[in-house]
Amino acid sequence: MIELDYDTIVIGAGPAGLASAIKAKELGLKTVLVENKDILGGIPLQCIHPGFGLQYFKEDLTGTEFIYRLFDKMEKIGVEYLLKAHVYSVELVAHNEKVVNVITPKGIMRLRSKTIVYTVGAREKSIFEINIIGDRPGAGIYTAGEAQTLMDLYGILPGKEIVIVGSGDVGLIMARRFALEGAKVKSVIELMPYPGGTMRNIVQCLQDYSIPLYLSHKAIRIIGNERVEKVVVAKVDENLKPIEKCKFEIPCDTVILAAGLVPNVSMLEKIGMIMDPCTGGPMVNEFLETNVPGIFVAGNALVVNDLVDYVVEQGEQAAEGAFYFVQNNGLPTINWKRVVRGRNIRLIVPHYISGERDIILYARVQKPEKNVLVTIPEIAWKMKLSNVRPAEMIRAKLSKTTLESARFEDKVTVEVNTQ
Amino acid sequence: MKMKVVIVGAGVVGSSIARVLSMYDNFDIILVEKEPDVGWGASKANTSIIHPGHEEEPNIHPHRAKLCKEGNRLWRQWARELDIPVKWPGELMIFYNSEEEKIARKYIELAKSNNIPGVRIFYQEELRKMEPSINPNAIGAVYAPTAGIISPFEAVIAIVENAVDNGVRLLTETKVEGIKIAEGRVRGVMTNMGFIEADIVINAAGIYSDEISSMAGVDSGFTVRPRRGEYLLFDEDIRIKPERILHTIPTPISKGVYAITTIHGNLMIGPTAEDLSVEAKEDTSTSEIGLEYLWNEAGKLLREPPSRTKVIRTFAGLRPEPPDGHWLIEAYTEPFGFINVAGIRSPGFTSSPALAHHVVNLIKAKYDINLVMKRKWNPHRSDIAKVGHMSLREADKLISENPDYGEIVCYCKTVSKAEILEAIKRMKKIGLKTVTLDGIKFRTGAGLGTCQGSFCRCRIALFISKYMDIPLHKVVVKKKPYGIGEVKELLKTERSE
Amino acid sequence: MNEQEFICIICPSSCTLKAYTKSDGTIKVDGALCPRGIEYAKQEITDPRRIVISVVKVKNGNLPTVSIKTSKPVPKKCITAIMKATASIELEAPVEIGQVIIKDICGSDIVATRRIKKFNFPNKNI
Repeated sequence: MIELDYDTIVIGAGPAGLASAIKAKELGLKTVLVENKDILGGIPLQCIHPGFGLQYFKEDLTGTEFIYRLFDKMEKIGVEYLLKAHVYSVELVAHNEKVVNVITPKGIMRLRSKTIVYTVGAREKSIFEINIIGDRPGAGIYTAGEAQTLMDLYGILPGKEIVIVGSGDVGLIMARRFALEGAKVKSVIELMPYPGGTMRNIVQCLQDYSIPLYLSHKAIRIIGNERVEKVVVAKVDENLKPIEKCKFEIPCDTVILAAGLVPNVSMLEKIGMIMDPCTGGPMVNEFLETNVPGIFVAGNALVVNDLVDYVVEQGEQAAEGAFYFVQNNGLPTINWKRVVRGRNIRLIVPHYISGERDIILYARVQKPEKNVLVTIPEIAWKMKLSNVRPAEMIRAKLSKTTLESARFEDKVTVEVNTQ
Repeated sequence: MKMKVVIVGAGVVGSSIARVLSMYDNFDIILVEKEPDVGWGASKANTSIIHPGHEEEPNIHPHRAKLCKEGNRLWRQWARELDIPVKWPGELMIFYNSEEEKIARKYIELAKSNNIPGVRIFYQEELRKMEPSINPNAIGAVYAPTAGIISPFEAVIAIVENAVDNGVRLLTETKVEGIKIAEGRVRGVMTNMGFIEADIVINAAGIYSDEISSMAGVDSGFTVRPRRGEYLLFDEDIRIKPERILHTIPTPISKGVYAITTIHGNLMIGPTAEDLSVEAKEDTSTSEIGLEYLWNEAGKLLREPPSRTKVIRTFAGLRPEPPDGHWLIEAYTEPFGFINVAGIRSPGFTSSPALAHHVVNLIKAKYDINLVMKRKWNPHRSDIAKVGHMSLREADKLISENPDYGEIVCYCKTVSKAEILEAIKRMKKIGLKTVTLDGIKFRTGAGLGTCQGSFCRCRIALFISKYMDIPLHKVVVKKKPYGIGEVKELLKTERSE
Repeated sequence: MNEQEFICIICPSSCTLKAYTKSDGTIKVDGALCPRGIEYAKQEITDPRRIVISVVKVKNGNLPTVSIKTSKPVPKKCITAIMKATASIELEAPVEIGQVIIKDICGSDIVATRRIKKFNFPNKNI
């Protein structure tokens, strides 16, 4: 078995991991980036649509163009990386020593490190997780990401009469892709009374192609012997329960599941990491360090993000946290203040702040509202927003000065109120 | 001159018969299966239990009682010989009140009549120590130590690999449409792939065994009805998982609802028991009512029922129910050479090894054949080496011998490229006409985990595409292809508007 | 005066824009947080345009497709024609980001947005 030592191991070479490894190397940490596929890049490699890098590069790039910018940066700085390297388990030896067991074609590698940055991303919910019953035909059921991989990496058309379950961005993007390639998208089915994705995608992906969006509807069962033949859909009531009288069938040959992403954290749960049930990811402090000292999480493994720019930002923050940890042989003891969810806040990251440095908060609301103020009453901070939607993450940069008075509090509450 | 034998159906019964027949020099055996792979009927959609045999009435169902007990014993040997994953945790039949206790005590009597070892009752205190996951409302349980949990689909695959190794020929995607009988003897079977000559035809067609039986013109009135059983399958990482097999008191139509931890580590609850019409033999759909019922039973059996967010799969299987639950096992003289092993409902899986020997003895007796054992018959078959099941040291050694073991394709279950390629190789070796994604799933475990294949299905399909030299979109999932064509398919054929 | 409401798609702010077309043809736009939004609304009314994205087939590359986009937004009504044009293309690897795949179609170029390396396929035997 090969044994190597590092300051930081970054697990997962999507945009969060790439950005984190680049920053870690820039800061002088002995870093290795571990990726289980045979190429770096993660999901953006199959994202051929623009909307990437508006903040980070100040350009509107496709996911593919964005990731190649990061590759070029990585080449220039000379980040060490492993491909076809699957992290099998993590052992906690001491607060500043972890062992990552990696399966590679060259054998088992035991990588010893002071810190870990975990950027493996999220997985898609399956048909069973969203309680769709009925037949289980082998052909015709795909998650949106799987359909995207098939179409936009491998040039395969999954089907020609499509029903999309879930109006999150991934589903909307795929609706447009199918329509562009000549397939008939019969409808997008959304459980909630409002869309799950950004408004810009509702316009560009559904309205542009006259694809009907059925809000407050649930996909109930699949009918189909060897391939999908129909989906049974029903309108739901205020409690999201299907209304018997409002059931109908949509003939189709393909069902695309875009019912949401879940941070991929089962490996971390095994080592006693505490998760936030709201995000599905770990609870972290402003360095994005989890309750396990020296393990940092960023990107979709931490919280499902809308913009790759935030993912990259989090990756860099995690690297900075790792640097601070390595420098001081552990993060110093800090009087952490709990960040509490107030009115209309469904989730917020990070969960703990110190008040001693600039931070970035990422949050999502529970319900859409217009003309609101996002406030932190304890420090009299407020931000005006004309529209808040669950699908659109709120990002707020708070300076050390703004947070000054938080240093005397036990907690800070983030809430949303109409103006 | 060897006798030509055609076995209809490569489920657990048909393949077990093939294996046992292959021990003898006397037979040229063809195992015929209408699906693309083996064991795709009730054999892969059941509760995975090897029953002790204390739930069979020897007076009413003498075959079932005798062969279940014998099968339970034989599976220990078969699992070792064939490298099939199995564990023997024993089972607890749980009762919640005194009426149920009365019923439970009947099973103690049955255990005595059937000579099943070690069956006894445990009450509350002891029960909780034996099985901490049990619901505190349970007042007691009938414990049967010889119950086991097997991987049913891997079992059938293992049996078939060994049978083929010993000379059996497997024909998949081959559906029997008629039986040719001339001068009172079986001559062969007519299939969608042509005529296959046979001196002996053995009907092991499970849910369609009534149709095959009527092709031979015997036992008119024998019908097999589908009894649907739905299941809930949960993620491996839930907190409360039973170590022993737990189930509720049997009903007239089912053995009760079970809560088990499968050999793969997943909590499974089921089955329901719903009689469907004879025409519904392809209806393996799940229903709201069925699944809701299982959630209720889960709450009844376990101290803490699993969270609804932890379901990774729901599925249903169809058990073949013969009239009055009687197995139809008969070697006919009119027509000579036709053998029914039909309507083999529970405890069918458990009984299969014993049933196979019983059928061979029936052939010997009824057709007066002097059985000659092969001098060289290989009882052994090894499973695909699985890197995810090894220690790190063992894995390291394996990878140094074959680097493909170090390339992980399925992250949820840690399945390597070498295992995928080995599965493809084995599927080709036993003669499957189509390498399917499901076939790889059942042989390697890839796609059985939390993500249910959303990450790995594409990568596995790429391997199949490469190594079977077919375009990616033509790779078959179960029966139909993964995609419908290349991405520009519709744009190329679209008429301009 | 003609009133139309749009959601601006220029950036994730997704401003709700109200555009008033006066009788003399001039357009007044309210609700935009930046000048690009005002331009967008005017464009949507007079000549709606979109960037079109797709993939085209590549031979002998490390991936069988390269992703492409129109270098500029094209009129909405041209989308079908552009998609048809992508259907019959088969490029040879390597392909570089920004490489022009089709020049001058509906007022824009079609360019590659992914790098494809040349790849030699090894033996297929297991």
